[in-house]
Amino acid sequence: MSFSRFSLVLAAGLLAACSPVQEATLENGLKIIVKEDHRAPVVVSQIWYKVGPSDEPDGRTGISHVLEHMMFKGTAAHKNGEFSRIIAENGGRENAFTGIDYTAYFQQLEKSRLPIAFELEADRMRNLVLDEKEFSKELRVVMEERRLRTDDQPEARAYEHFMATAFTTHPYKNPIIGWTRDLEMMSVEDVRNWYQRWYVPNNATLVVVGDVDPRAVFALARRHFGPIPARTFEPARAPAEPVQTETRRSRISAPAQVPSLLMGFHAPALSRTDDWEAYALMVLNGVLDGGGSARFERELVRRQQIAAGADIGYSPTARYPVLFLIQATPSRGRTPAELEAAIRAQIRRVQEEPIAPDELARVKAQVAASNVFTRDSVFYQAMQMGMLETVGLDWQMLDRSVERVRAVTAAQVQTVAKKYLTESNLSVTVLDPQPGKAKPRAAAPLGGAHVR
Amino acid sequence: MFARPSTRVALSLLLAVTLLHVSVAVMATPKIEHWTLTNGVRVYFVEARNLPMVTLNVVFDAGSARDPQGRNGLSMLTSHLLNNGTGELDADAIAATFEGQGAEFGSSNDRDMAGVSLRSLTDRTLLDPALDLFARVVVAPSFPAASFERERRRALLGLKQAQASPGDIANKAFFSQLYKGHPYALPPEGSEAGLKALTRNDLTAFHARHYVGRNAVLALIGDVTLREAKAIAERVLGGLPAGAAAPPLPRVMDVVPRGRAERVLAHPSIQTHLLIGAAGMARNDPDFYPLYLGNFVLGGSGLVSRLSQEVREKRSLSYSVYSYFMPLREPGPFLIGLQTKNSQRAEALAVVRRVLTGFVEKGPTPEELAAAKKNVTGGFPLRIDSNRKIAEYLTVIGFYGLPLTYIDDFIPRIEAVTAEQIRDAFRRRVHPEQMLTVVVGGGGQ
Repeated sequence: MSFSRFSLVLAAGLLAACSPVQEATLENGLKIIVKEDHRAPVVVSQIWYKVGPSDEPDGRTGISHVLEHMMFKGTAAHKNGEFSRIIAENGGRENAFTGIDYTAYFQQLEKSRLPIAFELEADRMRNLVLDEKEFSKELRVVMEERRLRTDDQPEARAYEHFMATAFTTHPYKNPIIGWTRDLEMMSVEDVRNWYQRWYVPNNATLVVVGDVDPRAVFALARRHFGPIPARTFEPARAPAEPVQTETRRSRISAPAQVPSLLMGFHAPALSRTDDWEAYALMVLNGVLDGGGSARFERELVRRQQIAAGADIGYSPTARYPVLFLIQATPSRGRTPAELEAAIRAQIRRVQEEPIAPDELARVKAQVAASNVFTRDSVFYQAMQMGMLETVGLDWQMLDRSVERVRAVTAAQVQTVAKKYLTESNLSVTVLDPQPGKAKPRAAAPLGGAHVR
Repeated sequence: MFARPSTRVALSLLLAVTLLHVSVAVMATPKIEHWTLTNGVRVYFVEARNLPMVTLNVVFDAGSARDPQGRNGLSMLTSHLLNNGTGELDADAIAATFEGQGAEFGSSNDRDMAGVSLRSLTDRTLLDPALDLFARVVVAPSFPAASFERERRRALLGLKQAQASPGDIANKAFFSQLYKGHPYALPPEGSEAGLKALTRNDLTAFHARHYVGRNAVLALIGDVTLREAKAIAERVLGGLPAGAAAPPLPRVMDVVPRGRAERVLAHPSIQTHLLIGAAGMARNDPDFYPLYLGNFVLGGSGLVSRLSQEVREKRSLSYSVYSYFMPLREPGPFLIGLQTKNSQRAEALAVVRRVLTGFVEKGPTPEELAAAKKNVTGGFPLRIDSNRKIAEYLTVIGFYGLPLTYIDDFIPRIEAVTAEQIRDAFRRRVHPEQMLTVVVGGGGQ
């Protein structure tokens, strides 16, 4: 089958991505990655700053995310709100997101409007106005965001509590949005320092995917971002997480009706060197939780009916060692302790006997297929490359990942299961529901003054 | 210190020029092929040769609005259990077959429709077994008794879990009050009483009645020719009995009471969730475009909308504030929503009411209307830039019987809307004094 615009012919059975990608680095250190996707006359532009909550010192948690909000508050050339208004008038969609290791901004546009995104993005890389009043207003919005996403969500609170249990020292113990107390103490000066320190071209990657000519994009980027001088900055040194020596346990109470269970093991991230373990753990993830035919769903949900749901989160695209995380909800009438025992039995099984050939084949088929499905989204293609670059890896790993997964053996899966899913490497958090409080009931009507 | 970039003025000029000269992007819209199988299944197909994959969405007029009295949850459980058994195959075997080919199977339901989807590579050794199995689970599911009991228990637990979420409670309370007496009052995920009352025979009967050719739409997009698509459609859904189309739903406007109402529910949350709204517009509504574009200005355009400006940007009252029309077969709701800490709820409510009343009275300013049109038309290519998005359009066009030219007509129809049409449509259709307000929160007081 062929890609009509490129006349690239895929070798039979080879499903690895082969869309053309080109990269360049400006004199000021800004790295630019361009991937052509000519299916529709659209473009996505994302700028990724290598700074995130994992760079934040204790007491300043949440500052990367607050700065992300403040980046829409204007520059000398474009006053508060104008960024969003201009992008909107050009039919664009724009937003930003803060991950544990990065802060990223994006615009999606009809392809001819890319210069507008570059102009605005370059302007705010250098010239952000951080106004005291706007800051305190925006901080209140962030507090509402925290209430919405975390404080009033029992599962999210349990996750926050769990991360603070599994990590004692490394900043991965902190929530991306920050602890409430730190948000309350934050000043505009803190945010200004954060901006000045990290928002430089030599700490950023620009990723563009769409119906574009890479040379034209490089020229355009040079025009807009080229004049911004590079600057040396002091890299953060996140304190290393000490090796865990025994199982940690914590509980959290919340107004809810259903308990849940979090179990996590420290596990390696992808790296530029020998990282077969991360690929083996990805396969293990797929064996246990990769759809209806995976073991958790088959054994825990359907056969034993001890779990209402059981999911694994293992995201090794990260700057520091991560967690192999299991999140599960016991069935009605079953306890978190019983579910934990059942999950431990599944873990013992992958440690004691090699996974079956058909399980391995299934995971590999899913990875190969999802590599193609992913290319249906221009945005997600950019996101994958941006994230790899920003955590210190290499976008080319994307194209190699299908092969790397294909090379994983059953013995390797067993090896990583034995090495990482151990007792001394485990943290467990239980969400303890307090059902009495969560029952909605009719309350007094709103006072007349409220309802003009 | 940084030097100021010398290019700023020049760049600003460039920006202005770009704004003036880029009007509507020229974009080929997808060419939709449409045909009907002998059993009545309506098929909508777009050929997309760039990626070696194919996507199928099958929807039936079998949403929760079709749940019988006292059996709320039947639509959800029926679609959810399709992949739990067919013939000699059980849930394990079905999942192993789809996933062993790298294919993705999904099921879903909302108030109007219930459906299943399949995404597969087009390599025939992978696609063929996936298509055959897809056909079997849709046409001849066995609904094993053990699966039925298990999935019902999981659904009941899910309902309990949702009671921790003030947003979820608010949404359910809103629909149940607004649509009292109409099937849209029922939540698509079912209710505790409804799920408990169900039997496995209900599922079999619901499937036999609703999963039939005259009640079905297939949306298909991917790396196959028209000829291949015709064969795929026949292979997947040719085995459905023709059956009968579902009867029209009760008319919302005959049932839904007009007038102002309030529903306040205490919840231990530290934020209050506010929903304000009324019955809005139907999918094929004559006021669709003025209402859509007007709402875009009011609360449908993210941070630049009027509601966002007043509630979030100026007053920091909420992280998220929005309004939308949910167009359904019958008029779905017009809805404004926000969340704010409990002590600010009266202020937030007052601001929203003021903004809404002002907008209904005066409509958009010329600048707002121009900006909204530029966004909607200028961003049009983004709406159809992936197979997934086009498949969604095909599904909606097919299910609601919209013209095949719907995508092509979209920009001219938006361009033609005037400020007066918006004002007129909002005055006739949106009555701020006759809205339902749902308030959930208050910290358990």
